[in-house]
Amino acid sequence: MASISMSPHLQTHVGITPGEVRGDTVREALESLFTEHPRLRSYLLDDRGAVRKHVAVFVNGESVKDRATLSDPLPPDGEIFLMQALSGG
Amino acid sequence: MSDRIDIGTRKGLFSYERRSSGWEPVGASFLGIQVPMLFHHQGVILASVEHGHFGTKFHRSADGGSSWEELDAPAYPEKPDDVPDILDPWRNTPVPWSLEKVWCLESAGRTGELWCGTLPGGLFRSSDQGESWSLVRSLWDRPERAKWAGGGYDWPGIHSICVHPDDPMKVAVAISCGGVWRTEDGGESWAQGAHGMRFDFVPEDQGGADPEAQDPHRMVQCPSAPDRLWVQHHCGIYRSDDGARSWHEIRDVKPSGFGFAVAVHPEAPDTAWFVPAKKDEFRHPVDARFVVTRTRDGGRTFETLERGLPETPAYDIVFRHALDVDRTGHRLAMGSTTGSLWVSEDQGDSWQHLSAHLPPIYCVRFA
Repeated sequence: MASISMSPHLQTHVGITPGEVRGDTVREALESLFTEHPRLRSYLLDDRGAVRKHVAVFVNGESVKDRATLSDPLPPDGEIFLMQALSGG
Repeated sequence: MSDRIDIGTRKGLFSYERRSSGWEPVGASFLGIQVPMLFHHQGVILASVEHGHFGTKFHRSADGGSSWEELDAPAYPEKPDDVPDILDPWRNTPVPWSLEKVWCLESAGRTGELWCGTLPGGLFRSSDQGESWSLVRSLWDRPERAKWAGGGYDWPGIHSICVHPDDPMKVAVAISCGGVWRTEDGGESWAQGAHGMRFDFVPEDQGGADPEAQDPHRMVQCPSAPDRLWVQHHCGIYRSDDGARSWHEIRDVKPSGFGFAVAVHPEAPDTAWFVPAKKDEFRHPVDARFVVTRTRDGGRTFETLERGLPETPAYDIVFRHALDVDRTGHRLAMGSTTGSLWVSEDQGDSWQHLSAHLPPIYCVRFA
C-alpha cells in the first residue's frame, strides 16, 4: 500500500491528513483521494487537470515527470508527498 | 449611505465600518492570501481568494465576514479538439482555457444572476448565487478574440461588467485589451462597442483606432441614466451617451488623462471621479502629487481634489477596482498600491486617511 503525506500548509486549507492510497499511477491514487476530499482537487490541479504551476508532487523523493496527466507509475510501497513549491506565494 | 467598506488586498480582506466615533477596522479574513475581487450581493459577501500556490477559490459569507464557506471558482471547460487555439497576438502562444484570475464580479440586479470577468478573457455567469458558473461561449468563441492582448497582465482580461439596471438582457463588458463588447439579448450575441476610442501612440491608419484592440482600463455605468458610461482608458478619459455603442474622448484633462480607476455618481451622470497618473510607462502621480479629479459637467471641466490627500512626494496609484462610490453618491472610498485607504463623505471635496499600512489594495467596495 502506497502512502501519501503533504505539507502542513496544504493540510490547513483542505483538512486532509497523511494516510494510505491505492493506485497503479499517481493519478489513480490522487483520484481516490479526491473522492474523499473533493476540495483537494482544485488545490492541486488546475481546470485542465494538470498540476498547478506552484505545486510539487513527489514520489519517493522524485518530482513527477508527467505534470499534465500524472501518469507516473506508483510503486506498491511508494510514498507520495504533496507540497507548495518555493515560489508563487 | 453605506457604513461598511470591504477591501481586497495582496494579503487578505479587511473591513471598516462607520461607527459613532468614525470609521474603524472591524475585521480581517484570509490573512496572507490575495483577495483581488469581492462583491456584495443580496446580503452576502462573495470574495475571490487567490492562493499563490493553490489557485483561485470563491468564499461566501452571510454574516458580514465572521465566517466563510468555500465555493467552486469558475472553471473553463476542456477545449474541444476541433476548436483551434487562439494565439496571443503579442507572443503567439495559445491562450489557455484555464482560470488565471477573477478580475470582476457584478450582479444583474433584480434577477440575482451573477457575472464574473476573468483573465485570460473569459466571461462567466451564475444563476445560483455563485454555486456554479458557466463560461459564456458566445463571447469566448468570437473570432475577434484573436486580437485581444494582455493589458496589465500577460493575458487579456475582463475587468468591467455593466448590467443595465432596468433590462438585464443588456450587458456591456470592457476588456484590457479587447475593447468594449455589448449584448442586448442576455449574451446570445455580442457586438463591439469601442468605437471612438484610440491609442495616441499608434497612428489611426495603423490600428490606433481599431476598436478590437482598445484598452479601456475601467468602465462604469450610471445606474439612474444607464445610457451614460464612463471609461478610464489607457490613453485618456471617454464618455458614452448611447449605452456603450460609441465614445467621446475627453481631451486635455489636467494633471493627466491617464489612470486606472473611475467612479460615476449614481444619480448624476455628468459627475465622475478619476485618479490621474503620469502615463503610461511611469504610472505614478504627476509630479508626485496624489490627487483625485472630478467633473460635474460631463467632462467639460474638471476639479482637482486634494484636501486630506498626502503632501508631495506621494507615489500612490489606485488600481481599477480600488475606487468606489456608495449608493447616495456622497461617500467615496479608495485604496492605493502602497496600502493607504481613504474615505470621503462629501463627494471627494475632502478625504479622511483611514490607514497607511494595509497591504497593496486591489479592490474597495461599499456594502
